[in-house]
Amino acid sequence: MSATALSRPSPFGGLLRRLSSQEAVLLLALLVLFAGVGAFNPRFLAERNLETIFQGNAYIAVAAIGMSMVIISGNIDVAVGSLIGVLAVLSGSIAVAGWPIWLSWVIPVLAGMAVNGFMGFLVAWLNIPSIVVTLGFLSILKGGLIMATGGAWIGNLPPGYALAQMEPLGIAMPIWFMVVLTAAAAWWMRYSGLGRSIYAVGGNAEAARLAGIDRRRVVLQVFVIHGAFAGIASVLFATQLSVIQSTVPANLELTIITAAVVGGVSILGGIGSVVGSTLAAILIAAIASSLIFLNVSPYWIRAVQGVLILVTVLADLWRRRRQAVR
Amino acid sequence: MAAATAVRVPFRLSQEAILAAILALALLVLAFTSEQFFTLDNLLNQGRLACEVGLVALPMTMIIVTGGIDLSAGSILGLCAIMLGVLWKNLGLPLELAIALTLVIGTSAGLVNGLVITRIGVPPLIATLATLALYRGLAEGISQARSVRGYPDWFFVLGQRDLGGIPAQLWLLGVAILVFAVVLARTGFGRTLYAIGNNETASRFSGLPVDRAKLVIYGLSGFMAALAAWIFVSRVSTTRSDMGTGLELDVIAAVVLGGTSIFGGTGTILGTVLGVVLVQLLKNGLALTGVKGDATIVVIGVVLILSILITNLVQRRGGGEG
Repeated sequence: MSATALSRPSPFGGLLRRLSSQEAVLLLALLVLFAGVGAFNPRFLAERNLETIFQGNAYIAVAAIGMSMVIISGNIDVAVGSLIGVLAVLSGSIAVAGWPIWLSWVIPVLAGMAVNGFMGFLVAWLNIPSIVVTLGFLSILKGGLIMATGGAWIGNLPPGYALAQMEPLGIAMPIWFMVVLTAAAAWWMRYSGLGRSIYAVGGNAEAARLAGIDRRRVVLQVFVIHGAFAGIASVLFATQLSVIQSTVPANLELTIITAAVVGGVSILGGIGSVVGSTLAAILIAAIASSLIFLNVSPYWIRAVQGVLILVTVLADLWRRRRQAVR
Repeated sequence: MAAATAVRVPFRLSQEAILAAILALALLVLAFTSEQFFTLDNLLNQGRLACEVGLVALPMTMIIVTGGIDLSAGSILGLCAIMLGVLWKNLGLPLELAIALTLVIGTSAGLVNGLVITRIGVPPLIATLATLALYRGLAEGISQARSVRGYPDWFFVLGQRDLGGIPAQLWLLGVAILVFAVVLARTGFGRTLYAIGNNETASRFSGLPVDRAKLVIYGLSGFMAALAAWIFVSRVSTTRSDMGTGLELDVIAAVVLGGTSIFGGTGTILGTVLGVVLVQLLKNGLALTGVKGDATIVVIGVVLILSILITNLVQRRGGGEG
């Protein structure tokens, strides 16, 4: 990049330059989708539908931030959907039990950090591959949840509990969380020591070790942070309706992993951005919603997700190969 | 197999021996805690229930031996079950032809995994995670959540009847076990798989057909999942798009419990068979002692993690050899 280009950045050009190519592609895809589907069926752009897309899926974007960090560090977590289901029920149970409301928001976050911390310990210190640990926890959490609740829903939630339905400054709370957490995590990943070392561990573990980075501690910390994001996501999820289902949303973990991968997080570890994963989470939600407005059966959404992951992964490998040749 | 293990590590019991001992112990405990357990009827019925997991676990053993994994096997099963119903009922094909085409579809789905992994170089974990979503999504999209019923009587023989006093599908599983055991332990192809798992780069430079071997085993995984789908539909008399959801968990747990290292390079079909039996007995035993189905999946999750943990610890203690 030449010095003149740096010295005279137009505000818009500066913003664009800060976005990686993946983020720019996602932003473009979102705009095209909204314009295209909106032209076909204007009701797609109705305020109510946009609200559903953004507000209703913000918790997926929040969880995808933590998932991105896990994948960037060279690991995977297929248990996050079950964890969110468990923590949501925990949150509701605390609220119904008459404890102070703020505890029902905070304890799930701490519990998420504890559970994922244990997973991170198994991965980092006992050298069990993350796919095995999280596959095991997927069934432990899912089975444990149904055992504990018997499938009963939680209703009669106390007034003041519905965090996700609050609208400070006229903007829905989930959107605040999504935007602020994405921005904070993006800044932290880029400028903090630990944030940088996540990339180092995922990109080249041996080089990271030689640079004095303790891989085990980084992986443990990534899992704990991921647990905190999952906890926040679970509270947003639990408080968005007036009842809490005690079954885990079907394939939530796949949607979250899709958002992280499509958001530009390289499957080989070491590369990625949380801005991309948030954009991807919205894109996936918008695609799911657009299927309905295009009169396509919503049963196709999972197939679309699978294709999205494959296409992104192929593009990522192609880009790497081209860079390697250059 | 056992001899080779014994030569390499003279002071340690083989994983199969340990597993067989645990199995005997489990049988003993279950026989004492429940009267229904140790009846021939119950044991044969458990064999029937474990058949689908067993069929898919055989190629999965080969895949994990090479250091790979196939998370999409359960979704391929679901897709094949749906295609079986759709080809027969909605397209009006003869049921025999529908079954044959289903096997082709399953094999193709597995080969797609293999191609994405070998030709494009996507890690197996991510490639099959993507196709897990894709194949399940196709099953849901094609079926539109409608089930297919009303199969003719002969179709249920494989899944519900006995042949020579033994559930029909167990004959099929028995033959499959023999074939896979011989191929993995006694052929050059089997040795190639171990070589890939131990050192893929060295195998490549030694001129071993690494990519072709991988393509074959992922294709086999798809074929066996299709076979399992056929048996599954025949056993439960209906076709649903959520069939086989979570099957990969049971399969991977059984394979890993059977002593196949998740890092590749070691593992036997005998171990996997013992693993499948143990997982099924665990489920059955818990069910008979009044534990609900949800608790059994908790136990399987714990068993999966513990078995790898213990193997890791044992290997580290006995470590030192290559």
